[in-house]
Amino acid sequence: MTWALLLEQFLNGFQLGVLLFLLAAGLTLVFGIMDLVNLAHGSLYMVGAFICATLTELTGSFGWGVLLALPATMAVGVIVEMTALRTLYARDHLDQVLATFGLILFFNELTRIVWGPEGMVIPLPAWLDGNVEILPGVHYPTFRMLIIAVGLGVAAALYVLVVKTRTGMLIRAGASNRAMIGALGVNIKTLFTAIFGLGAALAGLAGMMAGPIIEVSTGMGEEILILAFVVIVIGGIGSIRGAFIAALIVGLIDTMGRSFLDVLLSAAMSASAAETAAPALSAMLVYILMATVLFFRPQGLFPPHGRQ
Amino acid sequence: MLSVSKIETFYGESQVLFGVDLEVRAGQVVSLMGRNGMGKSTTINAIMGLKPPRTGTIEFENRPIHRLPSHAIARAGLALVPEGRQIFPNLTLRENLIATAANRRKRRHPWTLERVFAMFPALFERRDNRGDTLSGGEQQMLAIGRALMTNPELLILDEATEGLAPLIRAEIWTCLEALKAQRLAILVIDKNLRALTRIGDWHYIMEKGRIAWSGDSAALAATPDLRLRYLGV
Ligand SMILES: Nc1ncnc2c1ncn2[C@@H]1O[C@H](COP(=O)(O)OP(=O)(O)OP(=O)(O)O)[C@@H](O)[C@H]1O
Ligand SMILES: [Mg+2]
Repeated sequence: MTWALLLEQFLNGFQLGVLLFLLAAGLTLVFGIMDLVNLAHGSLYMVGAFICATLTELTGSFGWGVLLALPATMAVGVIVEMTALRTLYARDHLDQVLATFGLILFFNELTRIVWGPEGMVIPLPAWLDGNVEILPGVHYPTFRMLIIAVGLGVAAALYVLVVKTRTGMLIRAGASNRAMIGALGVNIKTLFTAIFGLGAALAGLAGMMAGPIIEVSTGMGEEILILAFVVIVIGGIGSIRGAFIAALIVGLIDTMGRSFLDVLLSAAMSASAAETAAPALSAMLVYILMATVLFFRPQGLFPPHGRQ
Repeated sequence: MLSVSKIETFYGESQVLFGVDLEVRAGQVVSLMGRNGMGKSTTINAIMGLKPPRTGTIEFENRPIHRLPSHAIARAGLALVPEGRQIFPNLTLRENLIATAANRRKRRHPWTLERVFAMFPALFERRDNRGDTLSGGEQQMLAIGRALMTNPELLILDEATEGLAPLIRAEIWTCLEALKAQRLAILVIDKNLRALTRIGDWHYIMEKGRIAWSGDSAALAATPDLRLRYLGV
């Protein structure tokens, strides 16, 4: 194990972390403010990636693909909210789980019909396809650096939105007392739709960022959605700050565990035993973390204030 | 300006309002009194669209509002200071005032932070404190300020001074008198007969979901047995 490898895996974990944050931000707002469990959030991640792949193909530019796919994914989110999810706010969580699971099946089938069963690749432009030398002798893929920068930029923008703007105040006020902001003249339906559209665009953005790395395919949203739920539970449901910190922790632990757990374990047991135990254990690490956090802080690390 | 007529409200199968009639004219202070559980809050919630009536009509400035969602009712010019104050606990005092502020009917001298702080100087020092760290009196002043920041035509207060210290109560009544002097119409629920007689123009007393008595301040003062019969004070 070299320091260069350690640094590289650290950055990989960080990069997974910011992707998880993009997905978890919308998920935690929707769950925290509208009290809606939306399993179909991963579908927006997938749809965003597919739309971006097609638009990249049409325009010949990944940059244009992303820029145009963002409002398109937001529009898909807004339509889903207005036609399907709006009727679910007043229902209990089990109904929501069933209905949004149905949406997953719907979107998976839809992408198969529209884009075929093959999946798509998003080709990167030359300037993103190479490596940068981050330390003398240590190279890291340019595109992964870009993902980290985009994620941090979005986190900063969301922070400003929630903490500094009036929309952010309404988002926070809505999280603590929905009926009251209505009685003070705020149209909650519109606010909910806007929040959902924002969350959809961010989920789509995560899909677009992941697309060039993992290939765009039907069902790509499901696995990462589970991790995103782990993130919002650890971070505290409804908290953007919690989602950010938990996403980085989960990304780092998951990535570092997969890379280095066998080395760590072999210090305590035989090399062959470590080699068999490590993969199983590293796959469980984030769930062990979640269980531990829930044991000590059932509300998560940063529960938003003012909710019971 | 506000005209409530024959509204009936049910919680599930049980009927709570049995044909309530009530009117507030422009610039008037109108009180709604009655013992606990008589339906005062339910009447207010019907007006604000938080618990729409099953039958009956509610008109505001000659426009029916009883089928509108509550945000549309608020936008028509009604503002609520709710029972229990319902300050946003996770927002600062200042944020509570500006989050829902609006001047939808283009008032020429709209309410501003400065005007609210001038009316309640105690709020100014606490402006950066979170809602849930404020005292009951501060929260009530904030709830009034928050409602005023929507620039309403009619201010509705459910329990204006309930549970507050005497000094704070006096301050709230002074504030309501100042608002009345500015020709703001006010519908107020409270138990303080003396203050209501002083500033109120018209009074309603509810019993078991019905208006049992109504009259002006002179009639209220001249009928001492009302207290015993309907108010239990
Ligand atoms: N959410 C509810 N569900 C069922 N019954 C309710 C509900 N809210 C109020 N009630 C009943 O409706 C009746 C009127 O209640 P309301 O709150 O309007 O009374 P009030 O005059 O405001 O009393 P108070 O002085 O205690 O605030 C009461 O009998 C109460 O038990
Ligand atoms: Mg009441």
